Amino acid sequence: MGNSFSTDVTKMTVREALRDAIAEEMRLDPDVFLMGEEVAEYQGAYKVSQGLLDEFGKGRVIDTPITEHAFTGIGIGAAYQGLKPIVEFMTFNFAMQAIDQIVNSAAKTLYMSGGQMSVPIVFRGPNGSASRVAAQHSQNFASWYAHVPGLKVVAPYTAADAKGLLKSAVRDPNPVMFLENEILYGHTFDVPNAEDWTVQLGKANVVRTGKDVTIVAYSITVARALEAAHKLSNQGIEAEVIDLRSLRPLDVEAIVESVSRTHRLVAVDECWPVCSIASEICAIVMERAFDDLDAPVARVNGKDVPMPYAEDLERMAQPQSEDIVEAVKSTCYFN
Amino acid sequence: MPTSITMPALSPTMTEGNLARWLKAEGDSVNAGDPIAEIETDKAMMEVEAVCDGVLGRILVPDGTENVEVNTIIGVMLLDGEDSSDLNNVDDGSSKGKVTSDQSDSQGEWTDVDTKDIADELTDQASSNTVQSSPPTSSQPLIDSETDRIGERVMASPLARRMAEQTNIDLKSIEGSGPGGRIVKVDIEAIQAQMSVQTADRIEDSHTDKPRHDADGVKEIRLSNMRKVIAKRLTESKQSIPHFYMTVECEIDQLLSYRKKLNARRTEHDLTINDFVVKAAALALQEVPEANCTWNEQSIVRYDNIDIAVAVSLEEGLITPIVRDANKKGLSRISAEVRDMAGRGREGKLMPNEYQGGTLTISNLGMHGVREFVAIINPPQSAILAVGSGEQRAIVKDGALAIATTINVTLSADHRVVDGTTGAKLLGAFRSLVEDPLTMLL
Repeated sequence: MGNSFSTDVTKMTVREALRDAIAEEMRLDPDVFLMGEEVAEYQGAYKVSQGLLDEFGKGRVIDTPITEHAFTGIGIGAAYQGLKPIVEFMTFNFAMQAIDQIVNSAAKTLYMSGGQMSVPIVFRGPNGSASRVAAQHSQNFASWYAHVPGLKVVAPYTAADAKGLLKSAVRDPNPVMFLENEILYGHTFDVPNAEDWTVQLGKANVVRTGKDVTIVAYSITVARALEAAHKLSNQGIEAEVIDLRSLRPLDVEAIVESVSRTHRLVAVDECWPVCSIASEICAIVMERAFDDLDAPVARVNGKDVPMPYAEDLERMAQPQSEDIVEAVKSTCYFN
Repeated sequence: MPTSITMPALSPTMTEGNLARWLKAEGDSVNAGDPIAEIETDKAMMEVEAVCDGVLGRILVPDGTENVEVNTIIGVMLLDGEDSSDLNNVDDGSSKGKVTSDQSDSQGEWTDVDTKDIADELTDQASSNTVQSSPPTSSQPLIDSETDRIGERVMASPLARRMAEQTNIDLKSIEGSGPGGRIVKVDIEAIQAQMSVQTADRIEDSHTDKPRHDADGVKEIRLSNMRKVIAKRLTESKQSIPHFYMTVECEIDQLLSYRKKLNARRTEHDLTINDFVVKAAALALQEVPEANCTWNEQSIVRYDNIDIAVAVSLEEGLITPIVRDANKKGLSRISAEVRDMAGRGREGKLMPNEYQGGTLTISNLGMHGVREFVAIINPPQSAILAVGSGEQRAIVKDGALAIATTINVTLSADHRVVDGTTGAKLLGAFRSLVEDPLTMLL
């Protein structure tokens, strides 16, 4: 599992990996179907659903009107009835229209029905900062959804994880928020050719080992963390980088185990800093690994502002590798 | 309105002290003047006396709390006509010193709440002033990490703290390399490396570099307040005072003979050689008043009184009680005072005014067979006389060998105050007095 597969892989983009995952699950289980804006005829606003209409037809690849609140409700209703919908949001910015359906109708139903009714549904689409789309179309909702009991939240970085986690998400009996990243769609990774490649929800992955500091990241910030780790290595600091992959449930054990060896934590998160995923990780590490800490835990978040449109400001508003390098050095008392 | 009991300043320089123990319990009635608590300062154990009649209403700083700042509220007294319900009405204005000045706005907002227990709030404030204020009933000793938080806070990362605890390293002895002097992992590792080198040096046949334990033949002794003060002040003295030294040899045959005669006529304890030395030093300072001075940075302070300190060794250090106006006192009085103060000094019962001040200390190691030595000036004084043992020695007198009992006396003087000739005059006067003790009567 993870990235340490050396044999029998195919290079593919995250976009292709996601498409393959959907197609494989739809082939395996006739209850699985895809719905959303432009998923069928247009082959997906970001071309994730390429070829699916041809293979599975209009009955299982369904274009919806531009009304997130309504089609999310339809998807949840289908799940109540035992189908396994994959609901694509063109981006999670638009899913704010549907958040009442997600939180109140999807997340709570298993609890409110006394365990009688589960909601096996996946909500997926690009989340987080995109590029030059400004304040309303460029933000990270990870902490919003991770806050809600009853939801599972996944945010992969690599194509292999995107594929393996999406397949697991479709099979999970709970509503899963599957947070993709627009910029990563075109990134290429090795994906195992295994016949049924899945990745367990709730498990983090150590993507780089190191002894001096633990950097925790997810989604595209894993790339920035790895970049930072490379720069730091040239200066004598060996950073361990953990790709969280799942944000709810969080792989607390993996984080604590790593911090118990490195004694330092830098949590990287594109979310705004207040009540962010990074905040949660810092709190957990304080609670669970206090006596292992040699320095205060540090957060590297997006700036506490709406995403600027100007390109230079947009860059500054997001956690960059140099911000991570700086945080790590401060945490390592490195001058 | 209940009356606050604050941490007293028992000497002009005292900024904090340890609350050793309460002599009264909550609810005990107290008369003005009754000792209610014992405070340990850097040199002595002192009692806090009640300033009014009443009942000890609440103890806010428990037994054994270290480094309590002066003016911290340590307890609350209930006066006549007040009962424990009045503890709930302690007015904020009754608290004094730092405690009130630190009140935040949010605490101000609480005044509207009926159920507010001000005494508890005071406790909270006291602890926010870095004073440990666990319930007084708790007899559990404070663990290091907690005592560190009191006054003398040691900044250390949790990991460093744990590593130090596991290897018996005293965090207070380490200088941290982290931000703001925080002790971090590398600092502990450096100490551990040092320790293992030392251990390896000591145990030649062993290849172990285990962290040291008591069982390894090494024991770490916690610093007493007195030891800390001695270390600090003598280091300051030796590093900042330009000491110079001069030694004279004094014949004491006459002194011994007078001492013998005087002791034969006394019913109390015998006079010691040191009593004569104190008297002679005082009279020498009277003759050379320019040596009876101390350095005051911007000026030199010259004293009319001649106060001689006498070094008294204790089990865990030393203390220097002072014979005031020693030039005006007879040998008998000097002897009695030194004996009394030395005894109380050993019990930690000296009052600060009994060991603070003076211009010159006598340090006598003669009884231990030390022939001569050089002593470190005891600040704020400007001189110290190191007295060696009285021995019969061959001397040359009028061109012929003779036998005399002599002592070597070495003066350490502060060159900022005393120059070589002044020091020589002082030592010369001292020698004349010691060699011809009758002149002390003049």
